[in-house]
Amino acid sequence: MTGEHREGVTGLPNPRGEVSGMAKFGVLVFPGTNCEIDVLRVLRDLLHQDAELVWYEERDLERYDAVILPGGFSYGDYLRAGAMARWTPVIEAVYAAAEKGRLILGICNGFQILTEAGLLPGALQRNRHLRYVCGWTHVRVERTDTPFTSAYRKGQVLRIPISHGEGNFYADPDALAEIEKRGQVLLRYATPDGQLTETANPNGSLHHIAGIMNKAGNVMGLMPHPERACEAVLGSEDGCGIFASMIHYLTKGRVFHVG
Amino acid sequence: MSASLPLWAVLGLRQEEYLKICEDLGNEPSETVLRMYAVMWSEHCAYKHSKPVLRRLPTKGPHVLQGPGENAGVVDLGDGLALVFKIESHNHPSAIEPFQGAATAVGGILRDVIAMGARPVALLDSLRFGWPDEARQRYLLSGVVAGIGHYGNSMGVPTVGGEVYFDPAYSGNCLVNSMGLGLARREEIQRAIAQGPGNPILVVGARTGRDGIGGAAFASQELSGASEADRPAVQVGDPFMGKLLMEALHELYKAGGVVGVQDCGAGGLTSACVEMANRGGVGMEIDVLQVPRREEGMLPWEVMLSESQERMVVCLERGREAEAVRIFRKWGLEAAVIGVVTDDGVFRVKEGARVVAEVPVRSLADGAPEYTPDAREPAYLRPLRAFDFARLPEPEDYGDVLRKLIASPNIASRQWVYSQYDHHVRLGTVVGPGGDAALLRLPGTKKGVAVKIDGNGRYCYLNPRRGAAIAVAEAARNVVCVGAKPQAVTNNLNFGNPEKPEVYWQFVEAVEGMAEACRALGTPVTGGNVSFYNEFEGRPIYPTPTIGMVGVSPDVERHVQPGFKRPGDVIVLLGQPEGAHLGGSEYCWVIHGVVAGDAPELDLDLERRLQECVFAAIHQGIVTAAHDVAEGGLAVALAEMCIQALPEARGCRVTVPLGPGRADGQLFGETQSRVLVTVGREDVERLRNLALEHDVPIRLLGEVTADGRFRLAVLQPSPKEGAALGRSLIDLPVEALRREWQEGLERWLVPGGA
Repeated sequence: MTGEHREGVTGLPNPRGEVSGMAKFGVLVFPGTNCEIDVLRVLRDLLHQDAELVWYEERDLERYDAVILPGGFSYGDYLRAGAMARWTPVIEAVYAAAEKGRLILGICNGFQILTEAGLLPGALQRNRHLRYVCGWTHVRVERTDTPFTSAYRKGQVLRIPISHGEGNFYADPDALAEIEKRGQVLLRYATPDGQLTETANPNGSLHHIAGIMNKAGNVMGLMPHPERACEAVLGSEDGCGIFASMIHYLTKGRVFHVG
Repeated sequence: MSASLPLWAVLGLRQEEYLKICEDLGNEPSETVLRMYAVMWSEHCAYKHSKPVLRRLPTKGPHVLQGPGENAGVVDLGDGLALVFKIESHNHPSAIEPFQGAATAVGGILRDVIAMGARPVALLDSLRFGWPDEARQRYLLSGVVAGIGHYGNSMGVPTVGGEVYFDPAYSGNCLVNSMGLGLARREEIQRAIAQGPGNPILVVGARTGRDGIGGAAFASQELSGASEADRPAVQVGDPFMGKLLMEALHELYKAGGVVGVQDCGAGGLTSACVEMANRGGVGMEIDVLQVPRREEGMLPWEVMLSESQERMVVCLERGREAEAVRIFRKWGLEAAVIGVVTDDGVFRVKEGARVVAEVPVRSLADGAPEYTPDAREPAYLRPLRAFDFARLPEPEDYGDVLRKLIASPNIASRQWVYSQYDHHVRLGTVVGPGGDAALLRLPGTKKGVAVKIDGNGRYCYLNPRRGAAIAVAEAARNVVCVGAKPQAVTNNLNFGNPEKPEVYWQFVEAVEGMAEACRALGTPVTGGNVSFYNEFEGRPIYPTPTIGMVGVSPDVERHVQPGFKRPGDVIVLLGQPEGAHLGGSEYCWVIHGVVAGDAPELDLDLERRLQECVFAAIHQGIVTAAHDVAEGGLAVALAEMCIQALPEARGCRVTVPLGPGRADGQLFGETQSRVLVTVGREDVERLRNLALEHDVPIRLLGEVTADGRFRLAVLQPSPKEGAALGRSLIDLPVEALRREWQEGLERWLVPGGA
């Protein structure tokens, strides 16, 4: 099963081989962030990028081509996931970087922070069944002409794990219609063969939304953890394409544009 | 309630203990001193009833870097790496406040690992509840699982495995045992020691409040309907604070100048400071006014005995205080110098200039009397062991039995539980929850660490010595089944009131059994925890020693899992070829409602040979799947391999030659020392040779199929010489079994479920 999905990423020129260039990544660390080392490991050890951790009190992100807000429990998720991290000094710098067209990627808690900060539409509510949920999910790639998804094929199904208590994507009907109309949805929870069934949706997200981007197309948030799906020994390599797409965009100044 | 009782009695001390305290001090203790003694000499802190027995456990081995006596045990992994691991229980707190009781269990075990200088890399939990038809048991399970997730997930430590069992014996006293593992470079290992007179003592992390006062004493009593009133003795966990404390401590370790560290667990500052001073053979002076507090008006003894969570005591080299304070401030935490190491062997507590307690460190830390109470074989054993299994009818429909067994909450999928735990964070999980054991890769090497937590209260109830030995053997077997070699053991001994001769007998027997098995399998015990007084309204739980086993895999790429991989592979039973043992089985409990007989027999020498054989076969690369035969016996183990198979290998055709004894005993009985493996047809001969080499019985049972059906037949010796009769006993779609297995536990827990 995995083999078939893997082919999508490796079916391209192998993303690891393809990313000959090197971009500079800043990986933000808030008190309570816990996936920063994992993201760093993938960027540095697997994709050979220039990546470093950035403390939440930093006010200048000028030196980074891309900024990643990794997963975890910033401020313990005590008020509401992402609600406190959103008011830290570094978020001002994230606004500035987004404004300048730098790539911003929020994973899990990072996605929650980006919606709280208003950089992405919608909100992430508690999971429908009110329990934390960790496990493998399948997500369908909706668009490939973006800086985050160009390494994939349209309609390709990726096997990537989730791990969250508040991943239930919500937007009011008008906002949701707008998100759909503008094609901002990049990933939807699906069955392994790409069907949008009720059981394939792990948290009750509206329209099965697992990942979206902003209108300008340079800020993406997703609940699944692509950094946990970058090595076969851990169960999947499907997540690698997100980072590979970003690197390709940043170093070649274009997207892959694959069928 | 206590107007007429002297304070020492109210605090749970015995008269002989009070007299020894007076003798050690040379006068009568003040209230503050007496309260400190009551905690330090509680069963929970002093191991008064267990110490003499625990000395019988083997604790040494060439790879053991740290045995019992520190915050956690340590084994050498080679390549300069060390594995830190430890297990702890939070049974009593969880029984009355499941969420916080379990959350603080996780917090506590992680701080033990962190105090050793290691990065926590994995958590496991062993849980016991009453039968899930009771609403309270479901409430406890839901609360405990949410509490474990609350703390572990937030800390960014994956929960990679565990076990959960249900039995009415745990209805009034659930068990929550939590195991933590950490990695460090050998030279990074810290000790829980205070040394060097003049060196400062700091408390770091959270502020001190009145929460959890008396927690250690509470844990040293039996539970009853009135225990609900002890809810304030349960601490409240703050995983966010715990995460900050972990990061700040690691930054401090890197900065250097740390002499020793200890978690503030049971007994709070008193226990941490006194134990550190005792290990260093020094004295210590503490000023309670310097301890950052979250409440006003606390008395000195309240400060000294508070069990507020997320605090550690650190002994630094003189002159490094300012740097420590700076690091902790960066993480938004307190670091306060509260005292100093002295050379007089006295633990002195001051409130400003006023001395409120002066006690010899050795008396407080080590002076509690040891007890060896009477031990007597319980009267229940004889009639139970004499149970006549011929009274139980043999099943008419074996398929129906298999469906019921696989849906038992003790066998069914644990996904409802482990899906609430992050099991992927840190990118180390090669085999996560649901495998025979968990397997983590070691960064920078090909190697991996396998870990399993295992216990069987029912076997131990029927035969504590053999039951405990089986727990060790089975945990080791599980570790082998993912391709690792067992290395060492940590344990949590959950028993009733040791002052009852029957309970004490169970305890002594279980420790002996554990010692025998650990010696035979070459897995020394590096530490553990004893939890007594697990009783409700005078009724003790099943004696439940929990074993945490760690092993090392030379090559994680060579790991195997239980699910079938390829149609056509040959299914082989390695180990004990025959056996119809019914005692203590899940089959007898689920189908017949009977807990009786004796625990299964265990041949430790065969067990060791079997494990070596399976390990060798996996690392020759010929094994495509491996699974321990455990609860539910051979039939359930085969069904589990089908259910977890790759889609293209979902089925089997198996023929079991019947030996002596009942057919149900041979298919569903829990005969020990058995592993099912699959190999390609071309590798059968190599496996045979390996089995021969290790003197391990081998039996070819059948093959993996692609047709989605579970087919099991038996071969019966026929009355005619030399002939045998084949008879199909089970022929079911794997999908039907899978559904039973998937929903077996969930249907109790998910509203609107079946």
